[in-house]
Amino acid sequence: MSDMQDYNSSLSDAAQSRKFETFSYLPALSKDSTRSQIQYIIDKGWNPAIEHTEPENAISNYWYMWKLPLFGETDIDAILAELEACHKAHPKNHVRLMGLDNFAQCAGTSMVIYRGTAV
Amino acid sequence: MAVKKYSAGVKEYRETYWEPNYTIKETDILACFKITPQEGVPREEVAAAVAAESSTGTWTTVWTDLLTDLDYYKGRAYAIEDVPGDDTCFYAFVAYPIDLFEEGSVVNILTSLVGNVFGFKALRALRLEDIRFPIAYVMTCNGPPQGIQVERDLLNKYGRPLLGCTIKPKLGLSAKNYGRACYEGLRGGLDFTKDDENVNSQPFMRWRHRFDFVMEAIHKAEAETGERKGHYLNVTAPTADEMMRRAEYAKEIGAPIIMHDYLTGGLSANTQLAQWCQNNGMLLHIHRAMHAVLDRNPHHGIHFRVLTKILRLSGGDHLHSGTVVGKLEGDRDATLGWIDTMRDSFIKEDRSRGLFFDQDWGSMPGVIPVASGGIHVWHMPALVNIFGDDSCLQFGGGTLGHPWGNAAGAAANRVAVEACVEARNAGVEVEKEGKDVLTKAAKSSPELKIAMETWKEIKFEFDTVDKIDVAHK
Repeated sequence: MSDMQDYNSSLSDAAQSRKFETFSYLPALSKDSTRSQIQYIIDKGWNPAIEHTEPENAISNYWYMWKLPLFGETDIDAILAELEACHKAHPKNHVRLMGLDNFAQCAGTSMVIYRGTAV
Repeated sequence: MAVKKYSAGVKEYRETYWEPNYTIKETDILACFKITPQEGVPREEVAAAVAAESSTGTWTTVWTDLLTDLDYYKGRAYAIEDVPGDDTCFYAFVAYPIDLFEEGSVVNILTSLVGNVFGFKALRALRLEDIRFPIAYVMTCNGPPQGIQVERDLLNKYGRPLLGCTIKPKLGLSAKNYGRACYEGLRGGLDFTKDDENVNSQPFMRWRHRFDFVMEAIHKAEAETGERKGHYLNVTAPTADEMMRRAEYAKEIGAPIIMHDYLTGGLSANTQLAQWCQNNGMLLHIHRAMHAVLDRNPHHGIHFRVLTKILRLSGGDHLHSGTVVGKLEGDRDATLGWIDTMRDSFIKEDRSRGLFFDQDWGSMPGVIPVASGGIHVWHMPALVNIFGDDSCLQFGGGTLGHPWGNAAGAAANRVAVEACVEARNAGVEVEKEGKDVLTKAAKSSPELKIAMETWKEIKFEFDTVDKIDVAHK
């Protein structure tokens, strides 16, 4: 039993236990990796969109939109700059990047780029 | 107009039901049969017999034939092809007028196409390889209750395969212990847990207790992880009334998804349940017990791609598809063919994937293929590559068999699937580089590291029994 590790997760420990869907079981994306993921969204032809929320409200469908989706934006640096601006304005919040697929009328992907401070 | 005179007796089928010059109508239902005839019977005659027996004909002429326009209602064999690499059989293509079938009834379609004809003496064996459903017929069917995009929106899961786990042992757990197994898997990072197909309502665990305990597991895991969760509550029951009673209760307690076994439970029941799910905002997971009885023999039965189309028309949001890499049968190209058939709006004819016809689904929603059966973390890179995001990867033993328990097993699989998706998005060929991707991910996940050590040597490399027919067989 001594080799066995306890699974550390509980209602009371939000910082340890609360997740936020895709990539939330991995370490935070590195700068390079973030660029690759943005490139993937661009290559798919999806519209980048930025949203943020207080971590305790992350389960909600509707996070706060940061401006409007960046329709047709294909410049990685421009998208990164908007992500950073959203993060600066809401430093304690999760900031996620979505790729909106207007043909499927569904997000093609969604990932938290800046991880907020759980309370 | 009364030009035909009645003459009693037995005519050769091909006089009436073999029409090589027939022009296919866009509304025709087309079928491809693989026919193994008795020796000495000409191909055209057998093909015509199959067309006759699966549509209007019988073994002798009857006077009432002349009361109708048989030329309008009959099915006809319009083409014959060799089966590559197999001289014992051949393909026959049959066209059926759409008016032969009741609207929205896969039951009626199958009763004709795989009815009496399969016991016909002039045949040694018969297999229904594919059906082309015209869009005119597709539009009469209800189809999947919600579809892939709606499911993603309901569950808030984007950009990755869904992750599930079938609870084991299949039979014998009490409801409370069963709920524990679900809770542990869900809190570890699964999206779904699943009733095994033979979990219905046995004395050791009646359905209602199971539903109650499992819902508590879902609620607690959702509160703990902040993510949405579900459990496929199996409502398959001895009668359709009882099935509906269980479905209603699942809705009452707020379950997001229920489950049905569409072949053993029956297609009438399945279609009824799917329509109810659509009207009640419920997702429907479909299991396929009995399929291998029908689809595994390469010369006799019904190919799984047909069973796939039948399910998409009858209705279901998930359907087990085979894994290619796990413990159960499934040729890779053929599997790719039928998972496209589940999900896409239009699928081109492609003999290399066993697709005999173009299939247009119009705006009918797609079905999520479920890969389940003998898979574990080492299979994850191949699964992500083969199935893509719109799939549900289900690890039973590969979750519950983790040395540290279900939560750790779930976390290992969740880390693995996310690592593979992240790498794929970044342009890595994950199937080739799978070991590196997982090894890197395991550095920050002790659960994954142990899982990789536990299942390192387990592979299922047997040859496939039912292969695509190609010349080099």
